[in-house]
Amino acid sequence: MARAATTTDAFNAVAEPRRRQILDLLAAGERPVNDLVAMLDLAQPLVSKHLRVLRQVGLVEVRDVGRQRLYRLNGIPLKPIHDWVKKYEQAWEERFGQLDAVLAELKESEGNGDGSD
Amino acid sequence: MAVTSSGTAKVTLPTDTQILITREFDAPKHLVYRAWTTPELIKRWWAGERGHVTKAEVDLRVGGRWRYVMVAHGGFEVAFHGDYQEIVANERLVATDVFEGMPDAQALDTLTLAEQDGRTTLTLLVQHSTKDHRDAHINSGMEGGMQEGMDQLELVAKSLL
Repeated sequence: MARAATTTDAFNAVAEPRRRQILDLLAAGERPVNDLVAMLDLAQPLVSKHLRVLRQVGLVEVRDVGRQRLYRLNGIPLKPIHDWVKKYEQAWEERFGQLDAVLAELKESEGNGDGSD
Repeated sequence: MAVTSSGTAKVTLPTDTQILITREFDAPKHLVYRAWTTPELIKRWWAGERGHVTKAEVDLRVGGRWRYVMVAHGGFEVAFHGDYQEIVANERLVATDVFEGMPDAQALDTLTLAEQDGRTTLTLLVQHSTKDHRDAHINSGMEGGMQEGMDQLELVAKSLL
């Protein structure tokens, strides 16, 4: 079934695990499609299809070098996702900051107990 | 990686339906476990800086129920509850987790505590049944943060009157 929403933005485009894998591989550097096919062990038409979706949302850019097409990552559309998760991370860090204080107290009272219990 | 006295929470999304939270603590795991499972202690940290916990019920046995209620600074109440499914004291705790404002989106939380040299790495894996529920869960945390921001803005605005 067609996933109509995949090309609307980066959020939808990276919802597919294979596409996240492609981004991970491209994060290490520019690559031709054949490299990706070999590394992912997927059929070339499928890899090309994923690349097309990633290009449509601007996550992947392409340039021609001689007879090769090289694909590279453009991380900028990922920023909203990063920011989205960051907010949630901050909420947990606030929580854990308080937990640090509780733990410091527990450690101290255990130290003072000196094995008396 | 920088060495600090206490870690910084790290959130990743391993799959479309999961949230993984990791954090290191400068304390042995039995103390982290105690702070995680003792109502009086939960009340002191669980709300973070967003409000205060008014209720923390913990029936720590398999099939037992937990329920936390928090009043956010904006005055609204949020509550979460679930059942314990697996308990390995000081090491592992598996429990269902329902935000009562979104009762259909039940998650399964797996807490794991690993100690090394007196420090504990906490990992909390939140498994949702769908991507939409997972995303809504993250959004609800974000809305909380935005609400907090709005509240502060309101205070500033009032001080200008």
